Amino acid sequence: MSIFSDVPLAPPVAVFKLTADFREDSNPQKVNLGVGAYRTDDCQPWVLPVVKKVERMIVEDGSLNHEYLPILGLPEFRSASAKVALGEDSPAIKDNRVGGVQALGGTGALRIGAEFLRRWYNGVNNTATPVYVSAPTWENHNSVFTDAGFKDIRPYHYWDAANRGLDLAGLLDDLEKAPEHSIFLLHACWKKIAEIMKRRNLFAFFDSAYQGFASGNLEKDAWAIRYFVSEGFELFIAQSYSKNFGLYNERVGNLTVVAQDSENLSRTLSQMEKIVRTTWSNPPSQGARIVSKTLNCPELFAEWKGNVKTMADRVLLMRDQLKSKLQDLGTPGTWDHITQQIGMFSFTGLNPKQVEYMIKEKHVYLMASGRINMCGLTTKNIDYVAQSIHDAVTKVQ
Amino acid sequence: LFFIIVFHVIHITIHLTWCFCSSWWGGVQMGPPDPILGVSEAYKRDTNPKKMNLGVGAYRDDQGKPFVLSCVRKAEAVITAKQMDKEYLAIGGLGEFTKSCAQLALGNDNEVLKSGRNITVQTISGTGSLRIGANFLSRFHGPRDVYLPKPSWGNHTPIFRDAGMQLKAYRYYDPSTCGFDFKGALDDISKIPEQSVIMLHACAHNPTGVDPRPEQWKEISDIVKKRNLLVFFDMAYQGFASGDIDRDAWAVRYFIEQGHNILLSQSFAKNMGLYGERVGGFTVVCNDAEEAKRVESQLKILIRPIYSNPPMNGARIAATILNTPDLRSLWLEEVHGMANRIIKMREELVAGLKKEGSTHNWQHVTDQIGMFCFTGLKPEQVERLTKEFSVYMTKDGRISMAGVTSGNVGYLANGIHAVTK
Repeated sequence: MSIFSDVPLAPPVAVFKLTADFREDSNPQKVNLGVGAYRTDDCQPWVLPVVKKVERMIVEDGSLNHEYLPILGLPEFRSASAKVALGEDSPAIKDNRVGGVQALGGTGALRIGAEFLRRWYNGVNNTATPVYVSAPTWENHNSVFTDAGFKDIRPYHYWDAANRGLDLAGLLDDLEKAPEHSIFLLHACWKKIAEIMKRRNLFAFFDSAYQGFASGNLEKDAWAIRYFVSEGFELFIAQSYSKNFGLYNERVGNLTVVAQDSENLSRTLSQMEKIVRTTWSNPPSQGARIVSKTLNCPELFAEWKGNVKTMADRVLLMRDQLKSKLQDLGTPGTWDHITQQIGMFSFTGLNPKQVEYMIKEKHVYLMASGRINMCGLTTKNIDYVAQSIHDAVTKVQ
Repeated sequence: LFFIIVFHVIHITIHLTWCFCSSWWGGVQMGPPDPILGVSEAYKRDTNPKKMNLGVGAYRDDQGKPFVLSCVRKAEAVITAKQMDKEYLAIGGLGEFTKSCAQLALGNDNEVLKSGRNITVQTISGTGSLRIGANFLSRFHGPRDVYLPKPSWGNHTPIFRDAGMQLKAYRYYDPSTCGFDFKGALDDISKIPEQSVIMLHACAHNPTGVDPRPEQWKEISDIVKKRNLLVFFDMAYQGFASGDIDRDAWAVRYFIEQGHNILLSQSFAKNMGLYGERVGGFTVVCNDAEEAKRVESQLKILIRPIYSNPPMNGARIAATILNTPDLRSLWLEEVHGMANRIIKMREELVAGLKKEGSTHNWQHVTDQIGMFCFTGLKPEQVERLTKEFSVYMTKDGRISMAGVTSGNVGYLANGIHAVTK
């Protein structure tokens, strides 16, 4: 009798299953609008020119070895990450109250932050603290906080399906009604939200996976975070360099911690070390070296910003073109949300039946939620995709 | 006037209260300093030119420098030339890596691999592998306890604890002989409750360097089978212990042959010198391929909310080395070289102690194997060695042989003799 006989077969992770199905599809017109990775106009992965340059520099540097990094990661990487998130001249950085934990991608940063909060926030080991994630949110957010031990994970209003935009009234209402000290996982926020959160003692945990990638401008994309910091919040930021550096498989991320003062910061970081030590001991060095070298050298930093803008601009162009084409086709409904939304993804508003039609009949792969990755669109396939959406909307209710 | 003063006092009190409570982290205790890190910190501060750092758990060459293997540099060049993309790996990691990782541990012709009844996932080096294993056990095999050898690697305990499991111990190290307490181990193991998890170090036990002999492993296997215990092997030093990868994996392969469906953690930090790249593997040997598929699906569910998918760089280097014949031969040579240097340093230390006139029995220094040596020094002797000779090591008397070179072994022998005569 095997000890594993009762282990059930777990369902595959949806987004990876989508890509697997796409790979098996032999239809020449197939399009993958699933996984969140950047593609060029030839639908190819893109290793940033600045990354190639820095990797060569690293390989040619005979003084570098593969020794362990410190538990909290490469120091130059952590400090540069704080500057990227909060700005070079951030008063919080000058006050020595900003720290960082190098982590395995954005996921790793979220997980370490979640584990810390479960151990030390709102009492000791208080697994009952409510955690609010947006509806909808990245599906892994739920699992991260659950596996970190939190028992009460709740949605807050975010997406207004009817108007295909932000449900601000719903969001503000949820903030007003949330129990004190609840944790809010935020993608982007405004002054009103900050006001309520301060008043109601709610904890802000920012997930920053697309800085620079959304608008093409680092400062603009970090506005909300910097505003919160200037308003005196203590907060966490889970940063990912997967998309904006194209370093997906190197697992480069950082958990930035903004505390009230350096004394609170140092105790917090000492406890972060304990969490890291039993999870992965110390983080992988390759990706952090690439990012650190780039961010800390003015010419390379400028080159990187240019590469990021290239990606962001292509996405903006695709948004523009998709909207125009749908409008030209006279596709029923409003399509302004495509250009109003920002970043890699767009919530099309297609319902599950229409999504199924898109996949089965048109071989255009997207998530059941109607989410598409704009990066999967190119000047070569955009007409086909627009026509497919038109057919889905007109033929399937 | 009185009214105004009272108002101000109240106002100040409220303000002070707000200040004290205003950091979320006011109640966060300072974490205890890491004992091994403390050794390195103190070493760094020491200005004695003869100082030695014997706390470090990383290989050093005979000049005391970190050693990047040639096969690693060659593999890196091959990889760079291919100009590959950086797309996410699968949750379970790089296929070429996990396949060759399992083959390395079990042997290419192992029936387990042929029948596909193992699942091997890429992990964040040894720690990440142990943690995934611990999380998996906690979820699907709880509430059983985990039995560690006494002593074991310091991080084993918090890893299993953080995964929600309770730790117990079985006797292992005999301080009176600085060797294996075989009788004590068998005795304790025979009393472990059925279905408990037993952790075994496959080779080069950390921290003692004391490994069971093959005949002893056989008896351990028998008693573990009788008690129906779930075996979890930690193999962080394959190749690094004896210099021979098959010899170092003997216990793992024997147990599988004997029918134990084991869990196995592998690390490539030491044997490939890939420390900071975080390369490791976690294997579950199942009854059949169907079971392996179920277990695999659950491992993915565990991994995804920790780090989504593993880092590519180190795994690609390791896979390139393992799967390219001349790089693999070069690697085997270099691993042999590292192990040999350690063995030579052990011999020279014992010879040096004899030369100094020590009358103690230092045989355990050459009997023990791998990176570490449990000298048998007592805490007061360790303190003297550090204070008077600037030799840095952990209080339990453990030294990392990797920090010993032909240039300083004489000095070390002199110091050890001085504090033990």
